[in-house]
Amino acid sequence: MQHLSILPILLPLFTGALLLLPPFSKTLKRQRILSIISALLQVLVGFALVLSVQADGITQYILGNWRPPFGIVLVTDPMSSIMVAVTNFLAFSALCYATGSHDKAGGYFYPLFMFQVMGINGAFLTGDVFNLFVFFEVLLIASYALLVHGGGKQKTQATIHYVVLNLAGSSVFLFGLGILYGTLGTLNIADMAQKVSELDGSVAILAKIGALMLLAVFGLKSAMLPLHFWLPKTYSSASAPVAAIFAVMTKVGIYSILRIHGVVFGDEAGELANIAQSWIWPLALLTITIGTIGALASPSLKLLTANLVVLSAGTLLVCTAIQSEAATSAALYYMIHSTLVAGGMFLLADMISRQRGKAEDRFVVAKKMDNPVFLGIFFAIAAIAVIGMPPFSGFIGKVMVLQSVQSAAEQIWVWPILLLSSLGALIALSRAGTTLFWRHSSGKQTEATQPIHLGEWLGVVLLLSASPLLALFAGPLSELANDAAAFLHDPRLSVEALLTSPLAEGGF
Amino acid sequence: MEGIYAFCVGLMTACGIFLTLRGRTFSVVVGLTLLSYAVNLFLFASGRLKLDAAAVLGVSEDYGDPLPQALVLTAIVIGFAMTAFAVILAMRARADLGNDHVDGRIPQTKEEVRQKSGGQR
Repeated sequence: MQHLSILPILLPLFTGALLLLPPFSKTLKRQRILSIISALLQVLVGFALVLSVQADGITQYILGNWRPPFGIVLVTDPMSSIMVAVTNFLAFSALCYATGSHDKAGGYFYPLFMFQVMGINGAFLTGDVFNLFVFFEVLLIASYALLVHGGGKQKTQATIHYVVLNLAGSSVFLFGLGILYGTLGTLNIADMAQKVSELDGSVAILAKIGALMLLAVFGLKSAMLPLHFWLPKTYSSASAPVAAIFAVMTKVGIYSILRIHGVVFGDEAGELANIAQSWIWPLALLTITIGTIGALASPSLKLLTANLVVLSAGTLLVCTAIQSEAATSAALYYMIHSTLVAGGMFLLADMISRQRGKAEDRFVVAKKMDNPVFLGIFFAIAAIAVIGMPPFSGFIGKVMVLQSVQSAAEQIWVWPILLLSSLGALIALSRAGTTLFWRHSSGKQTEATQPIHLGEWLGVVLLLSASPLLALFAGPLSELANDAAAFLHDPRLSVEALLTSPLAEGGF
Repeated sequence: MEGIYAFCVGLMTACGIFLTLRGRTFSVVVGLTLLSYAVNLFLFASGRLKLDAAAVLGVSEDYGDPLPQALVLTAIVIGFAMTAFAVILAMRARADLGNDHVDGRIPQTKEEVRQKSGGQR
């Protein structure tokens, strides 16, 4: 189907708009039904996209039939289609969870959520850098509103930091774009990759400044070391379904680094080849370190999970720094795993915090939970997956990352830090688990807790069952990831095919 | 022309960065606005500065680059919306937190800290 590649953007856009109109705008129940149906459709579209790319290869959707490199294009290649499928699956699970009680906290939850999904899908699919900026802004403005959704002092304060940082980041993004357009004369990613090798002298230095400014912006989004300070507070103060969908937002930054600094400024970029890698190397390793220290020092489960997101961002950044096919493939597998498991962890943290009365998710002695068995099993699955112990997907992901480090000089740095970070996560999570589940006050339960809604169970089960499934189907999945990585690293496939292919009859 | 233009953009960016680093939300919002103005001018200049060059075919012999103008238009719209949001958020924070500091609390001056520790002694 030729219009398949624009559906991940149009479907949430129209659902979001429809939710604001009369038959749906006043009744929460109708909003829930429409959103869940739409999210389910989006999941199907996501998987259909992956299958169609596997069957027919890369497709290019040319909006308005303006020939690239001038018009707006959406590029569906293995990498972007996989990320869209993961995002939509995560969004569906988070929406299931939100039907429990979180959507009542304030108005317009579902429309905002739909616009958020639209922004993330668009950022994955877009084929030029300016639209990457536009979709970044779409996902950001929805995330600002979602973050403050429900109100409260803590949320307002976290939102101010988040909004100011990201607005400043958007300005830097535009400065970088301006420089790159001024030097390269194009913003189409495939076209940029071709033209960048022709630069030399002072123009090349200008382009390098632009590229590194973009690295700073993507670093801000993906929580690279000096720019990660916003993340723990933001993620831990957001409501559970919002925090779950935020788990994919750091991955948008890493995906953009892979796309811009891995492909455009990659091995073939002549004078500007691999300019970002020397910066990413130390920063990535330090990000892992700081994430581990943060995890060990976290006083509550939500903060712990947020710091584990920083840790996984660092691991993924190491993969982007290695800049080889194996590393990109490992990054993709690990990205799928860490997005889904982190989302599941955030939902689980909310469930646990609701059953512990005033202690919430802090690591203190509190009253016994109502469903300690199920929550305990889920927590154990999530913890084992995050730490990277067999038999779940974290183990396979980490082994792939470790194997992709080729030279001995790199192994000396990466292996100890990565393995010690796993040990740190093991200590932090086992301490968290023992306090949360085994140490409770003997007094009688006084306050009644809100029972867990069916949709909420479904959301958590969906996300956490992804980890065993990812491990079970690791063979075909890693082949898929290898395909995507091979495609990304072969300029013949990823660049020339896009610019010279006969025009598809796309657009409206 | 290029010199003055570059100087103005640079000055505006510097003022924007300075104001963004201040502690009160009002100056931060003004700083972000200045930054977005500077960035709009900068984007406009990325298509090179030319006199008497229309971006429409058939009007003049020398053509200007139309793409930066389209980019600037998009950037203006987005910047405008973001500024509006930042203003509302700043007002909400003033109401919720009781002060207009970006951290939600007014940091103590050195003297206050000294007085406090003196009082404890």
